[in-house]
Amino acid sequence: MLQQSPHPTSATPRVDHLLITEMVRPGSRVLDVGCGDGALLHLLAERRQVDGRGIEVARDRVNACVAGGLSVIQGDADRDLSEYPDAAFDYAILSLTIQATRQPKRVLENLLRIARHAIVSFPNFGHWKVRQQLLMHGRMPVTPNLPDAWYESPNGHLCTIKDFVALTDVLDARVERKVAFNASGQQLGTWLPITAHNFLGERAVFLLTPRNSR
Amino acid sequence: MAEDRSVAVTERDLRVATGSAARGGAPLIAHFDDSTPLVLDCEKSLAPFDIAYQTYGTLNADKTNAILICHALTADQYVASEHPITGKPGWWVTLVGPGRPIDTDRFFVICSNVIGGCMGSTGPASINPTTGKAYGLEFPVITIGDMVDAQVRLIDRLGIGQLFSVIGGSMGGMQVLEWAASHGDRVFSAVPIATAAWHSAQNIAFHEVGRQAVMADPEWRGGRYLEAGASPRNGLAVARMAAHITYLSEDALQDKFGRNLQARHSKTFSFDADFQVESYLRYQGSTFVDRFDANSYLYITRALDYFDLKTEHGGILANAFRGTKTRFCVVSFTSDWLYPTRESRAIVQALNAVAANVSFVEIESSKGHDAFLLEEAELFATITGFINSAAERHGIAPAREAT
Repeated sequence: MLQQSPHPTSATPRVDHLLITEMVRPGSRVLDVGCGDGALLHLLAERRQVDGRGIEVARDRVNACVAGGLSVIQGDADRDLSEYPDAAFDYAILSLTIQATRQPKRVLENLLRIARHAIVSFPNFGHWKVRQQLLMHGRMPVTPNLPDAWYESPNGHLCTIKDFVALTDVLDARVERKVAFNASGQQLGTWLPITAHNFLGERAVFLLTPRNSR
Repeated sequence: MAEDRSVAVTERDLRVATGSAARGGAPLIAHFDDSTPLVLDCEKSLAPFDIAYQTYGTLNADKTNAILICHALTADQYVASEHPITGKPGWWVTLVGPGRPIDTDRFFVICSNVIGGCMGSTGPASINPTTGKAYGLEFPVITIGDMVDAQVRLIDRLGIGQLFSVIGGSMGGMQVLEWAASHGDRVFSAVPIATAAWHSAQNIAFHEVGRQAVMADPEWRGGRYLEAGASPRNGLAVARMAAHITYLSEDALQDKFGRNLQARHSKTFSFDADFQVESYLRYQGSTFVDRFDANSYLYITRALDYFDLKTEHGGILANAFRGTKTRFCVVSFTSDWLYPTRESRAIVQALNAVAANVSFVEIESSKGHDAFLLEEAELFATITGFINSAAERHGIAPAREAT
């Protein structure tokens, strides 16, 4: 008899989590890098029946995840991804974490190496509110999406949607899907040009596949 | 289930080993006769041999709910029941029992005394059938692998194909790793706690101090003290005192004792136990010798020293776990300097390298290595979460609510 795992998060899943869940094929092997409290892994287990693993840097969160029945290790995206063998997972997910890594390019290279697909979500530094604050006030932006002052923000490597697309070219990764959504969680039309996504999107989610694998 | 209950042998062994008769219920004994010798890593074989064990809970009809608990250096099979010599409650009674994280209303828990031990399994204090006297140093040197092979015999005898989980701390954790490496298909989940895949130079060094203390005691008599009705009590007590320090932490000792004096107001300018910490260690040493055989201590510490899963697998620890389907939960403690977190991390790295299903939790504790035996809420939450989630995937019914 299957019991429901204790769910440590609120009943309403995050918009980017829902979007990521939709991108993942049922029953696949998933590594969530920077899995936090495990909300996405719980969601993926519930709706996609994945074989899920997590890496999280904060010890208390790791322990809470394991106590909640998830397979999670204490570790660091910059340091520990190199341990995994090639193509060990179907999906490696980096959800709102890439901007906090020390070497985003290396992390992304590793994601594309250890999984057949990488899913990356990140806050878009090209969003108009961010641009407005920098332009009008000449100060580093503080928004609901990027709530910390520059001196205590964990986000050392912020980028725009256009920046991220440029990085995928550098890494020779194919963008299978890219979705941007605004502050109220609405997806922006895929027909809009990238410049519009870059201006209006508060966050973005990319599904990538290494070109050399196909 | 065919198990022999050679009670007479057990009680004799206990008397020989400890100088006192067993109290409480007789342990279960699985006897293996001359026809099924245990072939050891040292290439000698041991026959006949006994494995003393305890069980808790009920094996389900499909035999899918068995958990093997592996004990540490000086522990025994009394994981959740009163110790027959000391009368103390089981050494992991906070973790194992009805309604506990390892719920004996749901799981069938087995714990056996290691081969080489002194609580009923065949060890150096047992009678060597070829001489009619205690083995002493004629007992072959055993390894962690031999301990596990003996457990495999017991599990076979109990008619269990796959263990739902193998769980243990310290030397018990080494047995868990050995089970996963050598009998992975028989281990659905594994919980190595506060342990390492190889014994460090520092740990070998501490063990050598302990062994030399035993052997320097004239009452050890070249290992033949039992025939003389003697016991190297002083040497073994010193070994225990030195080892006990390694199980704690500097902070734990400081918090517990500081520089407090023991039942006196000033220093005595003598070598009495002026300090509480001295008195504590002397007590630990003296109570230990009542329940433990000195030669067993030599053999089991040697087994730990020889443990090196990495070298056994061509210098690459990951090779020990290649292709594993076992789910792992690795646990370490921040203040454990005997088996520090980096040694658990090395295990996790090896498991990651073969894309094994692994959880890894480092628990904040000031209590040193002994933290794994103490009531640590976070350890209990970790084990509960891991075991229940694994049990759900293994299709083990929850503990009965409606019977």
